[in-house]
Amino acid sequence: MNVKKRCVAMLLAGGQGSRLYALTQNRAKPAVPYGGKYKIIDFPLSNCIHSGIDTVGVLTQYEPLELNAYIGNGATWDLDCMSGGAYVLPPYVKGKKGEWYSGTASAIYQNIHFIEQYDPEYILILSGDHIYTMDYEKMIDAHEKKGADATIAVMEVPMAEASRFGIMNTNEEMRIVEFEEKPPVPKNNLASMGIYVFTWSKLKEYLIADNQDPNSSNDFGKNIIPTMLDNGEKMYAYLFSGYWKDVGTIDSLWEANMDLLAEEPELDLRDDNWRIYGRNLVLPPHFIGNDATVKNSIVGDGCIVLGTVENSILFPNVKVEEGAFIKDSVVMQHTIVCKNSSVTRAIVDEDVTICEDAQIGGEGKITVVGSELTIPKGAEIKEGEMLYPRAK
Amino acid sequence: MRKNVCGLIYAGEENLNLRELVNQRSVGALPVGGRYRAIDFILSNMVNSGIRNIGVIPRRNYQSMMDHLGSGKEWDLNRKDGGLIIIPPYDTNENYGAHQGTIDTLQGAAPFLRRAPQKYCLLASSCSVYTETYDKMFEFHMETGADITLMYSVQENASATLDRFADVRFKTDEDGRVVDMKTHGTAGTYDKVSLGIYLIKKDLLQYLLDDAASRGKYNIDTDIIMNHLDTLKIYAYEHKGYVGQLRSVASYFSTNMDLLKRDVQEDLFGSGTKVYTKIKDEAPTRYGKDAVVKNSLIGSGCIIEGTVENSIIFRGVTIAKGTVVKDCIIMQASEVYANSQLTNVILDKKVTVRPNSVLAGSREYPVIIPKGANV
Repeated sequence: MNVKKRCVAMLLAGGQGSRLYALTQNRAKPAVPYGGKYKIIDFPLSNCIHSGIDTVGVLTQYEPLELNAYIGNGATWDLDCMSGGAYVLPPYVKGKKGEWYSGTASAIYQNIHFIEQYDPEYILILSGDHIYTMDYEKMIDAHEKKGADATIAVMEVPMAEASRFGIMNTNEEMRIVEFEEKPPVPKNNLASMGIYVFTWSKLKEYLIADNQDPNSSNDFGKNIIPTMLDNGEKMYAYLFSGYWKDVGTIDSLWEANMDLLAEEPELDLRDDNWRIYGRNLVLPPHFIGNDATVKNSIVGDGCIVLGTVENSILFPNVKVEEGAFIKDSVVMQHTIVCKNSSVTRAIVDEDVTICEDAQIGGEGKITVVGSELTIPKGAEIKEGEMLYPRAK
Repeated sequence: MRKNVCGLIYAGEENLNLRELVNQRSVGALPVGGRYRAIDFILSNMVNSGIRNIGVIPRRNYQSMMDHLGSGKEWDLNRKDGGLIIIPPYDTNENYGAHQGTIDTLQGAAPFLRRAPQKYCLLASSCSVYTETYDKMFEFHMETGADITLMYSVQENASATLDRFADVRFKTDEDGRVVDMKTHGTAGTYDKVSLGIYLIKKDLLQYLLDDAASRGKYNIDTDIIMNHLDTLKIYAYEHKGYVGQLRSVASYFSTNMDLLKRDVQEDLFGSGTKVYTKIKDEAPTRYGKDAVVKNSLIGSGCIIEGTVENSIIFRGVTIAKGTVVKDCIIMQASEVYANSQLTNVILDKKVTVRPNSVLAGSREYPVIIPKGANV
């Protein structure tokens, strides 16, 4: 028997992120790189350790290799402690039959025994899809204080965009009276952030019942939450304000990166009390050459910049040769941008070689170059093009 | 070579001329190259050679060294068998305050050497910056049947300059055996410069240390090596790549500036050579709209909004708008506020330079602002 925990976090990291196309061909969405150093999953995992949650189950399914290797024993996020840790929980064979996670609720249901080891009061359900910093402990405290069965984090979104979200209609005490998934005519603008706190004993009942229902799609948003509401369980909305971005599309991923280049970025990556941890490669400091220009950009360790970089994000160990020009772009680690080539409004994945005189992208739609590709000398990749990596 | 060699690093050489830079730290803890401490190079060289049992002997104020090395995890030295062992300075009831030099320092490592299961010891100082694995040196040591093998680099036989403070130079015969040695020589000296690293059987090292100490001797080069050129087979193996020395403020400054050369960067960090150091989980460095940066090496976690030229900027430094930093070394977490001008300045860690300040030194005599100062 392990030490009893107040709260165990379960991080749903099995999503494909199909609207990221080439970027998620060979990796799960939570493993998508962000911000010149991080992966999306660094944000919920760093939030956990700073919120006093040291036991995190990471549920993987789609293209798990990169994610499994990345999480390891959780040491990157200081989660490699004696009584907790980060545990990668893939679907597995039970008895004679194996079973995939058919939905978000099924993923938790199939790991009930993992959670039970810690006998938690509460369970925190997270997704690996969003960039934000948040103190989950405050949310759990609010849940406890209200004696709630479920608490759902919400944030105010512009009314015009509310129809793209799951909207929580609440009474004046923030108790949820109705949940509408992408309502055509939203009644308010409190959007669910996909972050839930449940009283574990209560959620367990619902998970077991849901698993026995053959008509259920085993999903929190579609099944568990509406059923609990129908049964009159005490469900509250927890209002969050701050930077929160779903990076599920090429445009939103690009924008979220560019948000870091604002004069005063809303997301503070330099807060000493809330450091975002990520894997640190063993690399020297970056070098800016004598004829280089670097303006309004973020540059990672080990980069060698001999050309021009403007309004862009360079991940570690990117090489920008003489005369190369990078503007409004995100260039991921180990990529080489050779002499006199240009990259404009593009996301270039890891280990890409852009040969001399090649031109990537234009001033319009975002261009994407998948990992490990070589763009031949003098080639022109037009704006909005999507180059897929070789499937592995 | 991993099974048979242990490493022993003395990180507190005292016959150096590093002024304020070592007031609060051992030489090995001296910040170098925008990210590293001096000891990172020798420690990484050992790890990259497969050595997994390494003792480090700091001196004086060794809190910063302890803080830097921690459990040795970042060097992959948090091992169940061996790993990193920090050997505190040797002060006992018998020899309280008797410390005179390196040999006294090494006396404290006697228990480490006694317990090490390895047959050979690679003894090293921490004031040279180079990358190399020691496998070939070890082979050379076995082939020549040497008692002690030193590593050297060929550096022009210039007259004594500040750069060459207290270096050890020697002459070898055609087989590589050391036949003469001088330290801090000013006239007619040799072009082979010791890198302060010695491969030797552990038992012989212990004997030589005991013997020297019992005769009141305290310097490895002048009292052990020079005295045994005839009686022991002392050979030297050449390191062909770049070497930077950290023996004086001038050589500290020029070694850092060398790291701005592409060929030196390639020599030290190229072709997958890994130099390990403490991880700080910094965000990547941010450049502002008006930043102008030329020929500079810049660590992570900085905010650069002004002009930086020919400089080494360590992790977490802020250079504000309108400020011009030229030919400077700015150590970790220092902040230079707006509209200041710094030329040939070394800012130690956590220095704050107020707006509109002007600081200028010369290349040979850079201005040094000590740790934590508010200028």
